[in-house]
Amino acid sequence: MAVDMRAYLAHVELPNPILAAAGCAGTGRELAPFADVTRLGALTTRSITMAPRAGRPTPRMAETPSGMLNAVGLQGPGVEVFLARELPWLAERGARTVVSIGGGSVAEYAALARRLADAPGVTAVEINLSCPNVEDRGRVFARDGGAAAEVVASVRAAMRYDVPVVAKLAPDVADVVAIARACVDSGADALAMINTPIGMSIDVDTMRPALAAGTGGLSGPAIRPLAVRCVWQVHAALPGVPLIGMGGVTSGRDALELVLAGACAVAVGTTLFHDPYACPRILRELEELLAERGFDRLADAVGLAHRPAHRNDLEESPL
Amino acid sequence: MAGTPVQVTGTVLTTRRVDAYHALTVVAPAIADRFRPGHFVTLAVGGPQTSMLTRRAFAVHDVKPDYGGTVEFVFAVRGPGTAWLAERKARDALDLVGPLGRPFPLPRDPASCLLVGAEYGSAPLFALADALQQRNCRVDFVLGAASSDRVFGALRARRMGETTTLTTQDGSLGMRGSVVDVLAAVIADTRADVVYACGPMPMLRGVTAVCVEYGIPVQVSVEEAMACGIGVCMTCVVPVIDDDGTTQMVRVCTEGPVFRGERVRFDDVGTIPFDALGAPGGDRGR
Repeated sequence: MAVDMRAYLAHVELPNPILAAAGCAGTGRELAPFADVTRLGALTTRSITMAPRAGRPTPRMAETPSGMLNAVGLQGPGVEVFLARELPWLAERGARTVVSIGGGSVAEYAALARRLADAPGVTAVEINLSCPNVEDRGRVFARDGGAAAEVVASVRAAMRYDVPVVAKLAPDVADVVAIARACVDSGADALAMINTPIGMSIDVDTMRPALAAGTGGLSGPAIRPLAVRCVWQVHAALPGVPLIGMGGVTSGRDALELVLAGACAVAVGTTLFHDPYACPRILRELEELLAERGFDRLADAVGLAHRPAHRNDLEESPL
Repeated sequence: MAGTPVQVTGTVLTTRRVDAYHALTVVAPAIADRFRPGHFVTLAVGGPQTSMLTRRAFAVHDVKPDYGGTVEFVFAVRGPGTAWLAERKARDALDLVGPLGRPFPLPRDPASCLLVGAEYGSAPLFALADALQQRNCRVDFVLGAASSDRVFGALRARRMGETTTLTTQDGSLGMRGSVVDVLAAVIADTRADVVYACGPMPMLRGVTAVCVEYGIPVQVSVEEAMACGIGVCMTCVVPVIDDDGTTQMVRVCTEGPVFRGERVRFDDVGTIPFDALGAPGGDRGR
């Protein structure tokens, strides 16, 4: 029995719920020899910036237990080259593309959204809120509900009405629900969580930080419980908001865990570095797990873990 | 299609110790078919439940037609990932992706080629030497390492090369010193038209400097830490000057690992040069 695997980001239908996470699928071309990019639910681009960015110095990566730290620094050619060379390649193939954007100020996010507004082939825009705000001494937007809301409102205003705007949240904040609510109140159509929490590793042989940048974003299965917790909390508080869950998903079981916590779609990130074939495999595994559990539709499993396991209102009461 | 990488589960055919190094031969016909000298492979380490997420990259030492096609690579134990690899036995399964990267460009006409390797960086030079000799090129070797047990492939180099010069830092084999110290003399003796070099970054830098001085082209195969090997993780970047003279941070795994030596800004590896495209502060004028 086939399970209906369609997923919805606001009003946009995706044929399946497995996305490639931002910064983990390159431009799509790199992944193409291994997996058909058109068969992904959607491909999320790396975070696009206005100007070209050379990124951080090397070493940019350090392996940690069941995870890795990275400090790439949003290296990329800038929005003009992205629109000229990268987005058309994806659009020609019919790949659904979630364009991640990153900026240093509210104005920069708004300018990026305006630049993307007329571009064909943008399925949704994901706002990478884990960028330092140059107007607030480098405090990241994702840690400040007010700043995050301002960015979301300005992007929502600049984007076409039929392109969903997704706010990507960080887990290492005092109250993820408060940030989520601020983003939704200012117009976010969906939320993506989690971005990488900040970690650090020191090489005890050189006795210096393992990354040139000192700190970096932690990803991989090590952060999956953080992702499940954030999705759970936000789904409980805002049950009507579509959530894209991500954080250390390596298998269909991991994806199902996030779905049960409340995610209607699941993104695969660091696992693609390890296994470039991961997305189709995880989709197949997720579909099998849903079928085994008797689901006809993926949507029926979304947030299921929030319901009580045992319903005593159906039992006959001795009273 | 030649060059398109594939992911395969290969079976370990043989494992052997080569002095200070380990060599693994894996049956992987799909990779062997597509191989060109200079390509590398990446391996998943630690088994299916591994906590080590990043793939390990190794230059392909040799491919052979046995069992449909085998791939051999050489490594030194440097951490838990390579220690796990060193424990593999015949018939174990390994997850390989390859062939990856851009291979060595070969001269169109017969030329005198000098192949320079340090430590186990010399591993990919023998397949290259084969390809060059098939094109009637003269091949000479300079191999070096810290000590004699760390010079990889000296015997094979002596068999294949017109001349072979060996160097060790401790003088236990060949000349005392590094490959860079003897390079100028060997270039003059062999009348080298082109130099190919593999090894650690400081050695590539030294080799490039000598070649620039002598005005001969040099192709270097760069080693840089990488997580994916397929061009998505953006961690293995080095500053390289492009055709227009602009410095770009390019991926060793995809744009390399083989570069023209004079294009790589060895002095600035590990930094973002201020004049690189997109360097911090570079867009302030706009």
